[in-house]
Amino acid sequence: MFKKILIANRGEISVRVIRACRELGITSVAVYSTVDRDSMHVQLADEAVCIGEASPEKSYLNIDAIIKAARETNAEAIHPGYGFLAENHLFAERCETEGIAFIGPHSKALKLVGDKVASRKVTEAVGIPIIPGMKGKSTDVDECMVEAEKIGFPVLLKASAGGGGKGMRVIYSKDELKDAVEAGMREAKSAFGDPSVYLEKYIEQPRHIEFQILADKYGNAIHLFERECSIQRRHQKIIEESPSTALDDDMRKRMGDTALKVVRVSEYSNAGTVEFLVDEDKNFYFLEVNARLQVEHPVTELVTGIDLVHSQLRIAAGEKLWLKQHQLHQNGHSIECRIYAEDPQHNFLPSAGKILFMKEPSGPGIRHDCGIYSGYNVSVYYDPILSKLIAWAPTRETCCKRVASALADFPILGIKTNIEFLHDVITHPEFSAGNTFTDFISINMADWRPKSLDQSGLANGILDEALIVAAVFSSSIKKSKTLPTKTESIPSPWQTLGEWRIGIGLD
Amino acid sequence: MFQIESKINTKSSEFKQNAEHLKKETAKLKERLAEVEQGGPPRAREKHLKRGKLLTRDRVKGLFDKNTPFLELSSLAAYDMYNNDAPCAGIITGIGVVHGREVMVVANDATVKGGTYYPMTIKKHVRAQQIALENRLPCVYLVDSGGVFLPYQKDVFPDVGHFGSIFYNQARLSAENIPQIAVVMGSCTAGGAYVPAMSDEAVIVRKQGTIFIGGPPLVKAATGVDVTDEELGGADVHCRISGVADHYALNDEHALQITRNIIQCLDAPKKFDIGRTVPVEPKYDPKELYGVVPKDIKKPFDIREVIARIVDNSEFHEFKELYGQTIICGFARIMGYPVGILANNGVLFSESALKGAHFIELCTIRKIPLLFLQNVTGFIVGKEYEHGGIARDGAKMVHAVANADVPKFTIIIAGSYGAGNYAMCGRGYNPRFLWMWPSARISVMGGEQAANVLLTVRMKGLKDKGKTMTKKEQEEFMAPILEKYEHEGSPYFSTARIWDDGIIDPLDTRAILGLAISVSLNADIPDQRYGVFRM
Repeated sequence: MFKKILIANRGEISVRVIRACRELGITSVAVYSTVDRDSMHVQLADEAVCIGEASPEKSYLNIDAIIKAARETNAEAIHPGYGFLAENHLFAERCETEGIAFIGPHSKALKLVGDKVASRKVTEAVGIPIIPGMKGKSTDVDECMVEAEKIGFPVLLKASAGGGGKGMRVIYSKDELKDAVEAGMREAKSAFGDPSVYLEKYIEQPRHIEFQILADKYGNAIHLFERECSIQRRHQKIIEESPSTALDDDMRKRMGDTALKVVRVSEYSNAGTVEFLVDEDKNFYFLEVNARLQVEHPVTELVTGIDLVHSQLRIAAGEKLWLKQHQLHQNGHSIECRIYAEDPQHNFLPSAGKILFMKEPSGPGIRHDCGIYSGYNVSVYYDPILSKLIAWAPTRETCCKRVASALADFPILGIKTNIEFLHDVITHPEFSAGNTFTDFISINMADWRPKSLDQSGLANGILDEALIVAAVFSSSIKKSKTLPTKTESIPSPWQTLGEWRIGIGLD
Repeated sequence: MFQIESKINTKSSEFKQNAEHLKKETAKLKERLAEVEQGGPPRAREKHLKRGKLLTRDRVKGLFDKNTPFLELSSLAAYDMYNNDAPCAGIITGIGVVHGREVMVVANDATVKGGTYYPMTIKKHVRAQQIALENRLPCVYLVDSGGVFLPYQKDVFPDVGHFGSIFYNQARLSAENIPQIAVVMGSCTAGGAYVPAMSDEAVIVRKQGTIFIGGPPLVKAATGVDVTDEELGGADVHCRISGVADHYALNDEHALQITRNIIQCLDAPKKFDIGRTVPVEPKYDPKELYGVVPKDIKKPFDIREVIARIVDNSEFHEFKELYGQTIICGFARIMGYPVGILANNGVLFSESALKGAHFIELCTIRKIPLLFLQNVTGFIVGKEYEHGGIARDGAKMVHAVANADVPKFTIIIAGSYGAGNYAMCGRGYNPRFLWMWPSARISVMGGEQAANVLLTVRMKGLKDKGKTMTKKEQEEFMAPILEKYEHEGSPYFSTARIWDDGIIDPLDTRAILGLAISVSLNADIPDQRYGVFRM
């Protein structure tokens, strides 16, 4: 096992990996940008290195700076987390040439699965079902136009290089295409450094179901069942769960086998996720491989009992897979909610600022993967994810209740968050019924308003609680200020008045 | 606490006229302060500098920590006395900070008649020692004095509070473990020799400082031997031979540095803890103080308007608001320090006196410093009130004030007349400090009352002889009395005679009180102790 690793990331995922390191007796090295000086991951890591200024290109995407930090701290391996350089094959390659272990797949596999077009070709060749779409990626609007018409509207535009919904948009007609493609390319360029985009058939009312896999470097692979991630806003997941209400055992087995086939054909190793779309008739289409630890990995951990970060580290250190498929079982139900600093009422616009107060949720079956604290400044530079609330319960129904009650007792003051919104999704009858489709939010939550702003105009619900907490908090601060203190602890006028004489005055 | 709600209209023409008047008076004060700060005549200052000595104010400045306040006392002592020959009474006294510690300095000004002691010089010196004793302040004497000013010997030599008291006080202060440090920066002849000799530690400047009981002329007369100052009692003699001084300084700057080092090595001071909060500026602009006091001080005004402009956040917890309303009592904070304030809103009645006495007891049992804001014409007179026992109730308040052993501070805002002065902690009642605003007036009674009283007595005498006075004769009789009271009731007359610790710019009131309260806490506040209240 490694003695020391560097975590090339920030926020809650960095904290998650640092904790795993601690559990395994590995020294952790955090990296941070100048604005992240006070971040939780910097405070928790055994060592921390500043790698540049706030803008990601200068820090968390700065390969040279990260490699240099690893060299200087003698880190044997780098864990990339998710996002940033996690799926950058050039970074993996650089690590390989520098002799630093990259905790993830080999750069070649990474390059293959990272290129949606290339991976489509390979998977299509071995008979894996895929969504009709372009044969290649493009940076040309006209070419996209031709292809879109061939596929037939509506089409989905994606960034070729990345995942996570960045640059993704649905195009319903010819007229929207030009603007959408250009915007998508701009977003792809800034998010992944590559403006190439890719078009495919847009499947209406699909479910997004993915399979977690683990593969060692010796060709052994297992899957850890599915996660359903259909609740999305702006094509980014916000609620994930396992198991999916849409799968029966037979379908689960077929999809699992397909996922493993994808892994084998792409010679993938370490932890990964094979994403599928499931349409209304329960046909599934292979989407892509997410060659990283997913944000939503905890739901799999809670249902299977396998620690995925531990597994990643063991595999990267060269261990042979220690589990067989038949040893794995799904136990109970788990749901994750992503807590974002954003305003659900205003198209989920990010909300930066200082967290004046927060109280972490807790209780039986509650896990909170958190990268923030009271007093922390949420910066505008990065993804606004704050933390993840994950619940486990024997049944989905109980699990929903646990999540709902944990969300109801989870104040974060000072910035806007999606907590109340998530609460209303979880308690929505359609969600309870398991009718989770990727358009759930646009259909069921389009007119959502915080309860606090209901017809009466009177505050209630979470905001109400938050206001009470804030009031109590601020009055307690004031009280402590006016309580008399030790005379010596406050400087006397002799120390504060400065040069002063009678007759000169303070005027 | 609730904030005081100001009812004054700062836009009114009356307010503006008042403000203009008091600002003018304050400007006059500052002019006079600037005048006396020069010290002795230009020729004397030049001579002083030529000898390589620092001017007294520069010595004081060099002693204290940089960029800290200096709370000078009685700057206008001896003003308009002795033909104005003794600006500041030839001595600078005040409190400053050395290595963070509050210290009393007493510095002779040799450019004023060779630093000799006029009666007011001695009074100022002794007053500084009294303040040092009450507030446990280490004393630094920057000595440069030729001893007593001989023409006034009868007023400076023999009595209590005269020259001898200076050395008596040094011994008593030292016994109280209040450090006494002398810096000999010029001559210390005859009696003056005892200032360094009576000190705990003494510094002397080479070729400047001399200490001898009898100077070279006396030695020559007595023994016929010629001897120089330096041979007789210079720094080398006293540091190497006699042991009268302890530290040898090369010049004034060096001497001041050594003195600072001495203070650095004193045991750490402990402040009495009365609970402090973070200071908050008053909600109302203290500059409005100028407009609050009427130009004609006989006109009543609400003293709460003054309180609102000196206390933290203008917060005032008033006590017995509806009872004895001619005295305002209440709790507040000044620069974060708790204070109990008694302030006049008219003539004192029995109820006012009882309320005042009650409030003083509240502060003394809680060990809260007292602040008196005086604008008082005295106690009410008349048959009804005498029958009601006004003297007895007034006595209760006077008794309470006299025995209140918490730090007391008095500011005379406007009138200070008669027994009102006593009940409101006049000089005779030992406030730690007493300051006057330029608007203040102090006398046993108002000039008009005094003139009327005297006129009545005269007319009665004449009537017995069967004579009367015409209206004109009456006016002629009263005019000089009015003039005398006007002259002697002036704050400048008071401050020249050290009946107070100085006249201050009203705007400085808050800062001065903050500094003074801080100073007062160097001494512990004892438990309350009263005698017999006549019931």
